[in-house]
Amino acid sequence: MEFERPVFELQARIETLKQDSRVNAGEISKLISKLSELEGQVYRSLSAWERVQLARHPKRPTTLDYIRMISDEFEELHGDRYYGDDPAIVGGIGKMFGMPIMIMGHEKGGNTRERISRNFGMARPEGFRKTLRLLKMAEKFSMPVLSIIDTPGAYPGIDAEQRGQPRAIADNLKEIFGIRTPIVVVIIGEGGSGGALALAVGDSILMMEHAVYSVISPEGCAAILWKSREKAPEAASSLRLTSEDCLKFGIIDDIIEEVHGAAHRDPEGNAEKISERVASELERLQKHPIDILLKKREEKFFAMGEFEEPPQDA
Amino acid sequence: MNWLTRAKKGIITWRKKDVPDGLWEKCPSCGEILYRKELGKHLSICPKCRFHFRINASDYIDILTDDGTFSEINSGITSSDPLDFKDSKKYKDRLKASKKKTGRNSAIVTGTAAIKGHKAVIAIMDFSFMGGSMGSAVGEKIVRAVKKAIEERLPFVMVTASGGARMQESILSLMQMAKSSAAFAMLSRAELPYIAILTNPTTGGVAASFAFQGDIIIAEPQALIGFAGPRVISETVGEELPEGFQRSEFLLEHGMIDMITSRDELKGKLGFFLDSFMSGVSAIAEDKNLENDGKTISIIR
Ligand SMILES: [Zn+2]
Repeated sequence: MEFERPVFELQARIETLKQDSRVNAGEISKLISKLSELEGQVYRSLSAWERVQLARHPKRPTTLDYIRMISDEFEELHGDRYYGDDPAIVGGIGKMFGMPIMIMGHEKGGNTRERISRNFGMARPEGFRKTLRLLKMAEKFSMPVLSIIDTPGAYPGIDAEQRGQPRAIADNLKEIFGIRTPIVVVIIGEGGSGGALALAVGDSILMMEHAVYSVISPEGCAAILWKSREKAPEAASSLRLTSEDCLKFGIIDDIIEEVHGAAHRDPEGNAEKISERVASELERLQKHPIDILLKKREEKFFAMGEFEEPPQDA
Repeated sequence: MNWLTRAKKGIITWRKKDVPDGLWEKCPSCGEILYRKELGKHLSICPKCRFHFRINASDYIDILTDDGTFSEINSGITSSDPLDFKDSKKYKDRLKASKKKTGRNSAIVTGTAAIKGHKAVIAIMDFSFMGGSMGSAVGEKIVRAVKKAIEERLPFVMVTASGGARMQESILSLMQMAKSSAAFAMLSRAELPYIAILTNPTTGGVAASFAFQGDIIIAEPQALIGFAGPRVISETVGEELPEGFQRSEFLLEHGMIDMITSRDELKGKLGFFLDSFMSGVSAIAEDKNLENDGKTISIIR
């Protein structure tokens, strides 16, 4: 990405200097600390529209990348048992720190071929129904759930509508309030609309620093409200879709700060931050009796929204 | 060129200005020019082709509830523009215009009423208020209405008419899908019936939440119902959409709704289902009464 250029240039210079025996180690370490300073500056001074680009960065780790890094073992489970298996959604049983956990999420794919076969992480009804099946399995066997969010949105296709896209999302949203096991949600990239939300209800909702979460894509919003997709940058800033905005509006519980400026700069380092955070959240959540947890889950969402009410009505 | 070819080529068409404003209306389905007063007498159903014209929340109150029984709750709740949103217009100005146009403070009306003698909580979305879009005010009013139904052991009836979430409230509006779903999950656990009536259009975030959570889902004829809008879908898949796609008849065929009911028969159907469901609810309450050795549990009827 254009805004990353200074970081890459400095990094390339460091690599060249490392090869040169005449350059002393002190000079290189000075440059390395300058690099981390630069990473901080570059990735923390982006416009909303650049943040959207960063959240969609082709090198950004995907759900399966994180699953591989954070779980010791992972057995993927397939299919919704009604119609098919949606490649845009992955899920299965993993072990984290030796403990079993149900992990699920949207998978965008890591390269062009994968992205096409994964439908760019845009789920169809069978994908949402697969997650509901896995949620119920997790509940049955008292496994906690980690749900990882990264999608432009639910798939707007003829087949998806025929098979009941609205009903599939609506079912998840209703059923999840009765799933009697702790659920941690991490938004890692794009939290796009209802297709994201269908997997994003839980007890602890975390967001990677450079992820975005919005009711509609900036392009879609611009097309409708500005009558021009070119206005996407304006729409991006109006939509207030950054992690800081989401925290401010009470939509998420916390931000996971990205190390080395951005997740794709250090996938392992960022995966480690996620796994530590998920572990501490689960530790905290498992202390609550399950009925209290469900009550809190419900109340968390009841509290979302801002409105006015005249006093005589209260 | 003769008249017929010109007409076929669409050179001569009815335009808005051909229809005196307020007096006549053209049926978008069959093209019939209808006298508006006459149309109003027929619940805004085209007498020729049965096309259902869009009507507002007050009209549905008249059509669905017993005379004089509707009592509104939380009418003052309104959006507060938390994002200070501005596109080509300010959200605040759009809200002001909608309030003036509809005389309401939000895109939904909630309250209690009797329907064929059954007391119920009823919520009706109003498309004329910013396309019936769901923001924080709509979400909050639904939650409070559902809680009232649970407190008073009443069934819930919803009439949807919405293009989906309200973009001007961005992420807060998206969350209203989860918020309202939490409420209907609660209603479900309380074993109280929820009947959803889907009218034209019911799409986006409203379709993908409470519209499809009803125990019974009824649609008006020819209503557009779906998650994604038809234009987005045809742009995405790059092909023409099949005839009748995302219309009520299509949804019935694909098993997504229970029935299609024309507006003039809705109240009768509601009466039937409320009667069927609530006699069960009352029986359970009576059983509990016996179990509790005379300790009274109020049965709302
Ligand atoms: Zn007609």
